[in-house]
Amino acid sequence: MKAKHQRLSLALLALGAVVAAGLLALSALKDQAAFFYAPSDVQREGLPLGRAVRLGGMVAAGSVSRAHDGVTVRFVVTDGHATTPVTFAGIVPDLFRERSGVVAEGSFLPDGSFHATNLLAKHDEKYMPPQVAGAMHETRTLR
Amino acid sequence: MTAEAGLAALWFAAALAALQLVMAAMGLRTGREDVLAATRPIAVVQGVLAAIAMGCLVSVFLASDMSVRLVVENSHSAKPWLYKLAGAWGNHEGSMLLWVTILGIAGGAVALLERRLSERSLIATLGAQATIALGFYAFLLFASNPFARVFPAPPDGLGLNPLLQDPGLAFHPPTLYIGYVGLSVAFSFAVGALVTRDVGPAFARAMRPWVLGAWIFLTLGITAGSYWAYYELGWGGWWFWDPVENASLMPWLAATALLHSVTVLATRDGLRAWTVMLAVVAFSMSMIGTFLVRSGILTSVHAFAVDPRRGAFILALLAIYIGGALALFALRVGTVREGARFELLSREGGLVANNLLLSVILGIVLIGTLYPLVAAGFGVQLSIGAPFFNKAAGPVALVLLAVMAAGPLIRWRRDDAGELMERLLLPIAAACFSFAGLFLLGESMRLLPLIGLSLAAGLAVASVAPLWKRNLRRTPLFTWGMVVAHLGIAVSLAGMACDSAFTQERLVAVRPGEPVSVGPFSVTLVGIRPLIGENWSGLEAHLAAARGGNTLVLTPQLRFFANPPTNTNETAISTRWDGQLYTVLGQPDGTGRWQLRLWWKPFVTLIWAGGALIALGGALSLLGRVSRERRVALREVWA
Repeated sequence: MKAKHQRLSLALLALGAVVAAGLLALSALKDQAAFFYAPSDVQREGLPLGRAVRLGGMVAAGSVSRAHDGVTVRFVVTDGHATTPVTFAGIVPDLFRERSGVVAEGSFLPDGSFHATNLLAKHDEKYMPPQVAGAMHETRTLR
Repeated sequence: MTAEAGLAALWFAAALAALQLVMAAMGLRTGREDVLAATRPIAVVQGVLAAIAMGCLVSVFLASDMSVRLVVENSHSAKPWLYKLAGAWGNHEGSMLLWVTILGIAGGAVALLERRLSERSLIATLGAQATIALGFYAFLLFASNPFARVFPAPPDGLGLNPLLQDPGLAFHPPTLYIGYVGLSVAFSFAVGALVTRDVGPAFARAMRPWVLGAWIFLTLGITAGSYWAYYELGWGGWWFWDPVENASLMPWLAATALLHSVTVLATRDGLRAWTVMLAVVAFSMSMIGTFLVRSGILTSVHAFAVDPRRGAFILALLAIYIGGALALFALRVGTVREGARFELLSREGGLVANNLLLSVILGIVLIGTLYPLVAAGFGVQLSIGAPFFNKAAGPVALVLLAVMAAGPLIRWRRDDAGELMERLLLPIAAACFSFAGLFLLGESMRLLPLIGLSLAAGLAVASVAPLWKRNLRRTPLFTWGMVVAHLGIAVSLAGMACDSAFTQERLVAVRPGEPVSVGPFSVTLVGIRPLIGENWSGLEAHLAAARGGNTLVLTPQLRFFANPPTNTNETAISTRWDGQLYTVLGQPDGTGRWQLRLWWKPFVTLIWAGGALIALGGALSLLGRVSRERRVALREVWA
């Protein structure tokens, strides 16, 4: 193979691989990027059904209850304007408590409630998920 | 006093770095022998001073000197000494000091040990190293002084985040940092080679041990970090595609590509410009990793403080170094002679494919990690998690693994497709055989783990194939290294596939005495007892797990820390030859039941065993290279 041809075929190969990877990444991005919602976003924009999203806000005071199976937790997430009921089956994070920030990963159900597959609570006293701080800041309920 | 001594050492080190840069620039311009000769010792002393500063910080932490702000904010006198020690780098300022310390020591080591490279290239390399160091000294001294005092001194400190109070923490950051900073040496070598227009096999041979060393430490750091997340966070997962994890994965991917391309440059004098480019990219990934983790853009256990000025500072350093190196590359790439040519079907061709595929994966991970940050800049909140990375990078990784199986069996320069197929017959047969076997036996395996396991089988056979028909005693150490590292990838892949295919999970609330079955085990909660630790109180569950006639005892705990006030779950994991039983204790439900989360994870340990094998392979390879290439040079130094 001539040197020119070799360089050309290598370059074309590289280009093809990069384009393919870009397309792959784009299609995956379209399907899989999880958008962040606060309860009042849902009220305003409607339910984002059938996709993985994150819901963030404060755990409303007095809203945490446990189902009979002992492992399903129900609570209400609020951002000061609107609320969303959440169910979660699992061991809640160490710092999950009422009146504290939480980000739930999961999806909305048609009845407007949220089915969480994972909860992210703040790790220590200094830490608050930036999304929660943002959502709280917008509605000015952060004390 | 110790704090002031540390600060003084830091200032002196910064001044020496500036001097080192000026001397290198002057020496290269004028070509004066005495100036060139003076640069080496300066680099050594700079490294020593940085190490002294770090030593001062460690001693301040060990002595719990509460008049130093950093100690107050991150330590507590009642902490076990290991965590006082680890606390020195378990925070923003301390970890940055550790960063420059390793940078300084690495620069000193280059100055002391490197004898093969031409003097001019070496001095240019030391100049580049000084430039990097200078930026980070400025960052420490002006934006994150680790030695600042508080007055009046409080009676005691605030303590360390309990999640970080783990032996793993003592070793995880230094390991990763050695990896990050090792890549800075590769970067400096590349810049030096560009400055002196001397890109060739000698440059590649000088750079290779540093790339190998950095890569070994990155591998160890990632493996250890993954295991830490696995047992400490209690979610049963071993990789979360968390941006902080990606920050360590990206330099590793780039270093892996560099490791392979540098071999082509050293043995066949090919891929010159590409190797230089990769060295720049690899260190850029280290810098981006440091930026992501240290700037406070991301919130995680790693983001210690959110201070936008610091983020801007690191971003500016990032722009200067990466931009400068790329500009130099663009200016000088025309003068880099074209390297040796090769056929597409050759070892070189296989390594090019390796580099291409690794770069594609790197690009995907980079997009997935940075896209949410860019989107946040435009006011859109979104997060990108495992589904994206698995879907986008997974297929590319599978192709890469297939190339990896074939690569070491292809000859240098040119090969014959028919002969290659003959050599690949056995691995392909192994893959097909295990695919068929699993398909028939495994009741309902998903496609991806099935492919993963069969590929792992083929890969394992292919990776030991280079030893076939060879005199094992005469086989060079670096060939052994390659075999072991590739085998490690196969082992790790098998572990991942087993974990995703066969893991069983139970989440239950039980009263003491009620048995729960998970996998082959029947687990019974025997009782709960209170517990007092060194700086925490807690509850401990006594679990009895029965399989066959044997009973294992596991004791997962809930711990309550007083300073700062935090709860943590301590998982209890029992490792058997065929997998791990993983247990987490949850909250009581108020009616006498306790939450338990149980996993049976067959062969999950292979993931980290594979990681250790990969690092071992790297170490063998490094040893082989160093002993072969430095034997003469070292004799000269010590004679």
